[in-house]
Amino acid sequence: MGKEDPGLYDYLPYYDRPKITWPGGARLAFWCAPNIEHYELDPPLNPSRTSWPRPVPDVLHYAWRDHGNRVGIWRMLDAMDRYGVRGSISLNVAVCDHFPEIAAACRERGWEFFSHGIYNTRYTYNMSEEQERAFIEDVKMSIRKWSGQELAGWLAPALTLTERTMDLLAEAGIIYTLDLFHDDQPLPVNVRSGRLISVPYSLEINDFTSLLQGNATPRDYTDAIKAQFDRLYQEGADNGQVMCLPLHPFLIGQPHRLRQFEEALDYITSHDKVWLATGREIAGYYLTHHYDAFQAAIAAGKKRGEA
Amino acid sequence: MTLPANYFDYPYRRPGMDHDRYPYSNLFKRKPVLWPSGARIALWIVPTLEFFPLDMAPKGVKPPGGLERPFPDYWNYTLRDYGNRVGFARLFRALESRGLKASVAMSSRLAERYPHVLQEVNRLGFELIAHGIDMHHIHATGIAREVEREWIERCLSTLRRLSGQPVKGWYSPAYSESGDTLDLVAAAGCDYVCDWVNDDMPYQLQTKTGSLCAMPHAYEISDLQIFHFYKYKPAQFVEQVMDHFDFLYREAAASGGRIVALSLRPWISGVPHRIAAVEQVLDRLARRAGVWSATGSEILAAWKAQQ
Repeated sequence: MGKEDPGLYDYLPYYDRPKITWPGGARLAFWCAPNIEHYELDPPLNPSRTSWPRPVPDVLHYAWRDHGNRVGIWRMLDAMDRYGVRGSISLNVAVCDHFPEIAAACRERGWEFFSHGIYNTRYTYNMSEEQERAFIEDVKMSIRKWSGQELAGWLAPALTLTERTMDLLAEAGIIYTLDLFHDDQPLPVNVRSGRLISVPYSLEINDFTSLLQGNATPRDYTDAIKAQFDRLYQEGADNGQVMCLPLHPFLIGQPHRLRQFEEALDYITSHDKVWLATGREIAGYYLTHHYDAFQAAIAAGKKRGEA
Repeated sequence: MTLPANYFDYPYRRPGMDHDRYPYSNLFKRKPVLWPSGARIALWIVPTLEFFPLDMAPKGVKPPGGLERPFPDYWNYTLRDYGNRVGFARLFRALESRGLKASVAMSSRLAERYPHVLQEVNRLGFELIAHGIDMHHIHATGIAREVEREWIERCLSTLRRLSGQPVKGWYSPAYSESGDTLDLVAAAGCDYVCDWVNDDMPYQLQTKTGSLCAMPHAYEISDLQIFHFYKYKPAQFVEQVMDHFDFLYREAAASGGRIVALSLRPWISGVPHRIAAVEQVLDRLARRAGVWSATGSEILAAWKAQQ
């Protein structure tokens, strides 16, 4: 409490920084991050946030979200399959316990499983360090159990964090966070031990912030996705970029939105020099090829008094 | 800060839902349904006629469209009342002239106050759905079970007595339920509810008292969501409803009959500058081959016969 900046990253000029290259000379690493979530009907109370706008049972909002797991996800998977776009799922790991066929469908496709906590109704706010460490461990074990993968990425459940989260993620061997929105490229995150990077997610072309909170029509949303792509693809000719398309099956899987979603995927996949990647692949490539140069540039900037 | 240990208890973290109202079911693993005459789409039109009392002073769950200005809120009272005087007449004529059926959800106080409206429902052969006593009687946790039982019985007995219809459908005001609503509604002789928007097809609910199904009362393309909350223009309503229809029409070819539910409130859809958009949608749906205009009870009966 009571500091004016998160202290998690240093300043780095946008147009004067090391150059990112991607495999195959791609200008842009594109990745798609469906949020596979379950919101509990009657979750325990966290003092910092209520779970539902209405008293339990909030039938309207619960059912609206539940549509994603019964109906929406299957349509979304079908559309992504048709355009050859792999998902990196932002997973409430309890979804695997509740709906094993959803976990199986993502595993069979070879998709990446990364953490979005246990339920979307269990917030990180107010956890002690010990509790948060155990929470991260639960997620790690669950992801290993359901996917056979070692957990690499973290988007905090409902984007709720503590001041310790980034340190604990690095300590647990997680390599990328998606909770920082300060840049369009991956960047080092300052943690007390280990190595952590931020990978761009998006709260701008996220179906939740766009369609639901931003009142974008399905056509507006597709236009925004294309415009985001066009600009990053253009800038990617000079310095490799990352574009993430975050989704929620309860929104994108509605019948009136799917054709527009397919149009967006068609547009993106019809370009060359686009690396259709997962979050883990982007983070891994950056760590191997670019992390050191970025750290050096940040250190040099500090020395010159720029940051 | 620390959270109580039970914040990390996950009592329902196992296969299935976190409640016992229905089991998980993947829409695409169910037996395809055949509608009469091989129709692809059952068109279920649900005009919703609501009485908002002048002295309602909403608290707790606030119904959309509720009166929130200081008493006497003539502004909102008369705008809602307009729907029950002028808007519904316009909407009913649009349905009648196209030979379309409807299931009209109605507050029982409205049926008592405006007998002409109910006469029109019966004259046109529309089904009547119970929509609570009025928009001040919101079913939610905090209402004693006996009180809620009396509300439900009062609503149903009034509508059944005044209409002569059996009244088998229930739609809770503001899609709001208490934990008892489903049991009470089933005990009162209803066959289906319209509050669970988590599916695109009917499904069976579990109650302690009788057989009850959830009907897919598409929320995202309701006029409430499209006009009142998202604030889209009439042309955008047409676009999205048609996208919704086209997607389900195509899906029906491979996956069996689907349902398109149009949830229309005359205080929203029945105004002069929007009615043309509704009529345009009705025209386009009515002229498509393979569209079966039906009431909720007819659709449910056809579905049940195949389970």
